[in-house]
Amino acid sequence: MQISDSLHFAWSAVRGARLRSLLMMGAMSIGVAAVIVLTALGDGARNYVTGEFASLGTNLIIVLPGRNETGGAGVAMSVSGTPRDLTLDDASALLRHSRIRRMAPIMVGTTLLNAGGLERDVPVLGSSSQLLKVRNWSMAQGKFLPDDDLDRSYPVCVIGTKVRQELFGGQPAIGEWVRLGDRRMRVIGVLASEGRSIGVDTEDLVIIPVAAAQQLFNNPSLFRILVEARSREDIPRVSDFIRNTIMERHQGEEDVTVVTQDAVLQTFDKILKALTFTVAGIAAISLAVAGILVMNVMLVAVSQRTSEIGLLKAVGATYQQVLWLFLIEAALLSLFGAAIGLALGYAGSWGLITFYPDLPAYPPLWAIAAGIGVALGTGILFGVLPARKAARMDPVLALAGH
Amino acid sequence: MIRLQGINRVFQVGDQHVHALDHVDLDIQAGDYLSVMGPSGSGKSTLLNMIGLLDRPDSGHYWLNDQDVAQLDDDKLARIRRNEIGFVFQSFHLIPRMTAAENVELPLVLEGIEPAERKQRVAKVLAAVGLSDRAHHRPDQLSGGQRQRVAIARATILNPSILLADEPTGNLDQASGQEIMQVLESLNREGVTLIMVTHDAELGRRTRRCVRMIDGRIVKDERNT
Repeated sequence: MQISDSLHFAWSAVRGARLRSLLMMGAMSIGVAAVIVLTALGDGARNYVTGEFASLGTNLIIVLPGRNETGGAGVAMSVSGTPRDLTLDDASALLRHSRIRRMAPIMVGTTLLNAGGLERDVPVLGSSSQLLKVRNWSMAQGKFLPDDDLDRSYPVCVIGTKVRQELFGGQPAIGEWVRLGDRRMRVIGVLASEGRSIGVDTEDLVIIPVAAAQQLFNNPSLFRILVEARSREDIPRVSDFIRNTIMERHQGEEDVTVVTQDAVLQTFDKILKALTFTVAGIAAISLAVAGILVMNVMLVAVSQRTSEIGLLKAVGATYQQVLWLFLIEAALLSLFGAAIGLALGYAGSWGLITFYPDLPAYPPLWAIAAGIGVALGTGILFGVLPARKAARMDPVLALAGH
Repeated sequence: MIRLQGINRVFQVGDQHVHALDHVDLDIQAGDYLSVMGPSGSGKSTLLNMIGLLDRPDSGHYWLNDQDVAQLDDDKLARIRRNEIGFVFQSFHLIPRMTAAENVELPLVLEGIEPAERKQRVAKVLAAVGLSDRAHHRPDQLSGGQRQRVAIARATILNPSILLADEPTGNLDQASGQEIMQVLESLNREGVTLIMVTHDAELGRRTRRCVRMIDGRIVKDERNT
């Protein structure tokens, strides 16, 4: 028997029982579509988060107060007990190293902003002129913080676009005086909109010199120090230098955590990859269920077509031939189901991307291959039992319809 | 050509053993025309299935063309069925979703013959049974007599030497039945060994040889004159 004839025969059987075939393809396609959409979602989330971290800046090293053994994402989240404050002098000391290109100390807080009678609470970030370059931000209007000694407390501020919009409306903001907490400050610049970047909404932000922030919040301790190494290769050396320098300054106690961007990226990448695999695995269960459905449907098909099987044997079909005819039928059903599922999955991912443009929910190639592979695999695997049942039938009984 | 010797076949029905074939001895010459008659349950169909290699004896010997077929495995038996034996059933056994031509083509497909050659051979046998204009009709678009002619075309497409017919006219009206008998008998005249199971005494008288069975035994084996 030629392969094309086997396919033709199996295809005629698939078409001969339309409802049954459609139901089965439906089940298979939902399984495949689930695998594709869920992995697209997981992979999209991974790309989104790692992209966010990449947008932090390049060759970035983050210094935070408090000792934490776990390198990576957990650190960034937890602010464990701070034994010793991270000070501006600590930050300045880091600039000695030649492989450090830029450094920006960070203080954070929230306070009331008043401009021309309009008032609102704003997140305040105290930093230095270097922050703009370190974070790869850009200005929409005016200038960023002045490039001067860190301990000079100029009464100036840079505001985000949303703050500007809410407090000044259509009026020019540059050069205007605002009241930030109990201090008067002049607006010298407006940040260009960069969207969200790891918890910091640049549109909704007021940036002031770090010394001004220390006075405003009456607190000498820094929240973070951002350090930019000159190159990727310098990162380990610079990290060691930072640890040692601050240890020296803190009476030999290593009480800061140095997190590299790479470590954070890798951790997130790992976590989200695991997540993607998990949801893909869960979706694959639906494929296994579809496989069992294939078996059921094929068993029904075999018993419905008992006399056909008897006839095939009477006209000289061998065990192998009958086996293959039914296996190919199961495979065809699975294949078409998988194809429909692929289309559905792509449609679903496309829908996700359309409604959430930030989330790059493109189904990864491996998921598509795995989805179709598993669909075909389960279809054929679960098709074996019914096909063997058909091939083993006693021709006399089968012809009689038993 | 066909030689059965001491063939036994026992079926278990509930807790009873039914001797469907009870020490059957039978010799059939090539080109013969033979009817098997007897009441229901007398073992006629079992005998036919045995000759057609669809069933195996519990004991006894069966030589087909001097080959002891009891020794052969199922695949070899399937190939002999395909090439040497044609079946015609009372209920036609056409595959409903396939056209007449596709049904007729089936043995050629199983044999792995090229599509171009298949087409020619199908056209030829369909013409021989007078159904050239019905080649692309499905069985449900054909009358009973036409369906049986499709079945005969299928049974003969690989030029078997033996044609086994199990009540071939049982589901047909008188006129169609006559037509079918004429087709079968003309095949026999061309040299095909024709063995037919029937209830119909009149059909039994048409054959050259008539075997009567009761309770799995051959009780009468005579030549019609």
